[in-house]
Amino acid sequence: MSAMVVLLCASLLVALIFLFAFIWSVKDGQYDDEFSPAHKILFEEKDNQN
Amino acid sequence: MNTESSKDVNITGNEQILRPGEGLQVETFYYDNKTVRNFAYATLFWGLVGMLAGLWAALCLAWPEVNLGLPATSFGRMRPVHTNAVIFAFVGNAIFCGVYYSLQRLLKARIWSDKLSKIHFWGWQTIILIGALSLWMGFTQGKEYAELEWPLDIAITVIWLIFGANMLGTILHRRVAHLYVAIWFYIGTWVAVAMLHIVNSIALPVSFTKSYSWYAGVQDALVQWWYGHNAVAFFLTTPFLGLMYYFVPKAANRPVYSYRWSIIHFWALIFLYIWAGPHHLLYTALPEWAQSLGTVFSIMLIAPSWGGMLNGLLTLRGAWDRVRDDAILKFFVVALTCYGMATFEGPMLSLKSVNAISHYTDWTIAHVHVGALGWNGFLAFGMLYWLLPRIFNTKLYSQKWANTHFWIGTLGIIFYVIPLYWAAFTQSLMWKQFTDEGTLQYQFMETVNAIQPMYVLRAVGGTLYISGLVLMIVNIYKTIKSGKLIANEKAEAPSLPENYKFKESKGHWHGWIEKRPVQMIFLSLIAVGIGGMVEMIPTFLVKSNIPTIASVKPYTPLELYGRNIYIREGCYTCHSQMIRPFRDEVARYGEYSKAGEFVYDHPFQWGSKRTGPDLAREGGKYPDSWHYNHMLDPTSMTSGSLMPRYPWLFDDKIDKMKTYDMIKAMKKLGVPYAEGYENIANDDVDLQSAKIQKSLAAEKIDVAPNDEIVALIAYLQRLGTDIKAEKSTP
Repeated sequence: MSAMVVLLCASLLVALIFLFAFIWSVKDGQYDDEFSPAHKILFEEKDNQN
Repeated sequence: MNTESSKDVNITGNEQILRPGEGLQVETFYYDNKTVRNFAYATLFWGLVGMLAGLWAALCLAWPEVNLGLPATSFGRMRPVHTNAVIFAFVGNAIFCGVYYSLQRLLKARIWSDKLSKIHFWGWQTIILIGALSLWMGFTQGKEYAELEWPLDIAITVIWLIFGANMLGTILHRRVAHLYVAIWFYIGTWVAVAMLHIVNSIALPVSFTKSYSWYAGVQDALVQWWYGHNAVAFFLTTPFLGLMYYFVPKAANRPVYSYRWSIIHFWALIFLYIWAGPHHLLYTALPEWAQSLGTVFSIMLIAPSWGGMLNGLLTLRGAWDRVRDDAILKFFVVALTCYGMATFEGPMLSLKSVNAISHYTDWTIAHVHVGALGWNGFLAFGMLYWLLPRIFNTKLYSQKWANTHFWIGTLGIIFYVIPLYWAAFTQSLMWKQFTDEGTLQYQFMETVNAIQPMYVLRAVGGTLYISGLVLMIVNIYKTIKSGKLIANEKAEAPSLPENYKFKESKGHWHGWIEKRPVQMIFLSLIAVGIGGMVEMIPTFLVKSNIPTIASVKPYTPLELYGRNIYIREGCYTCHSQMIRPFRDEVARYGEYSKAGEFVYDHPFQWGSKRTGPDLAREGGKYPDSWHYNHMLDPTSMTSGSLMPRYPWLFDDKIDKMKTYDMIKAMKKLGVPYAEGYENIANDDVDLQSAKIQKSLAAEKIDVAPNDEIVALIAYLQRLGTDIKAEKSTP
């Protein structure tokens, strides 16, 4: 059972770190530029061939 | 190495041009399409070989005569050839092909080193070729999807490092600061596969062609399925998701539906996947807590998996009218749909109540083929149809043929999986059926014969799928004939400012990591490493997880020889050695398996499929002569048996010179043989083989004491008997 406790603690810790990082990023407006990366890859080829 | 490879890049030219009025340094460089083409050819070639090996294995199950009574053509050796070839050769080469194509274009840079590309390509093909030959020859570690022996394991590690170096080198010399989502998937894949491969392959060599797994029994099982599941996760899934995030938007000419989803998809997936391995071991002797953990994480995996699938499908918004005509988009749509089905089914199969029915049946085979044929196969086909005409500066020879390929392939998948789902339900329910008197209703053989027609149908499905591939190869051949390879494709891009890292200090938190690939690798390693460590270290350290059983003793040397044969012939591909604590299994096979019974099993041989019955308590069930006749011709003992004949075991001899090294190795692995036993072990070999020889002679069967069949009988008669000794002594 001791292993189970270790597991739970480790899992929760990592999960919390991810959660905090996510909340912080949303609040900080980090996802503002979600437009250009997705679009850039489409233009790439035209640049080269034209 | 460094200076040489940068020279390679310079050969293709890095002339710096100044755009008038801009002052931006625009560099001209060339994409390497030759390596991409080579990997594409290899994908098609090995795909055909691997799928034909699979068809052969399928035919062996439909008509056992197909085994031909020869070692290399028997199911037990053909099946590892098939699985290794389609995973590491077909899918592997498809990954490299797609990564080399997309990475260069996403980063606006030629692949870092031409020399490393060449070593990577030829090294990988050599490993595949030698690997296939060695598996046909019977050199195997006996762990599913990790069968290749230790020298090849080392070669794989070296080539994988070269691939990583080449990828990282390209990332470091890139002209685009932002790392597109596909690249994170490539990096995550690289890190995870390196770790999985090394951890699972740790073994003690006894010769150039033989080694024993460092781990034993329950621990070996946990490590193997942690690896096995993550081979699916990080070799068949994450790299293909990376390819999906590049090629689906490109083919549809639409940006990915949600870039935010893709970020979440990546991080959630690499973190969750690594924990799910134990769901392959539900109801086995693996500690309960580890099973539950595997189940919980498997359920959670639905979220990122379906997020990713929907993200891919929704990328086609506004382009659905094109799906009607465009074969490539059709392939992608079905690939994504199959990904969605497989990743919904996976968590369902991880529920204990479902797993009780599905495990050891053809359900698992159907499940993986939805993924392999649908997701991996169709995504690879779509990608190659899209990319090959482009690098050959031409058009696809026949859109019509590509569409035909799509429909034949889709029918193939349907004909493949539906019969197997049917077979799985039928057989599992038959296994569990009791009569009113409380005895088992069906003999094992009856359950096999009931589903055999399904095996025929499955082979039909496989044949259809392969026909589609053949049509594709012809189409591609005609396509490349009509064009010419642009070996070095010209491109231009401004170089990256030296100080870009500091310029954009106020941005995306994720932007920070995207510009730092080295830190990114570290973080990915930490994320995936935690899962593995938390599951494995306690199992190794906490003794109570594997209660020792006093009566369980190490194998005798002759039994070890027999075990080597059992592993060599791939018996584990059809026979489990793990009785789950169910009423029907205990009634059919005997007392359920205990963790402590496997402490000397290097490697474990629990298996994952019961095409034949479980063998965990085979010892003492039948006389020696039964096994003798059964191995010579299984149908003579069990009418209707699907098992291959093993005539070579009656001619080939064990080499007693190996006893010393074998016992030495086992001792090193912690098996408690007496001090100096390796020197006198051959006396025991002689004693035990003489005993079996005598018991066979009583049945008028004449064998030489060192015949392989004698060793195999010794091993089979030992299986699961130790625990009975404990019961008889009060």
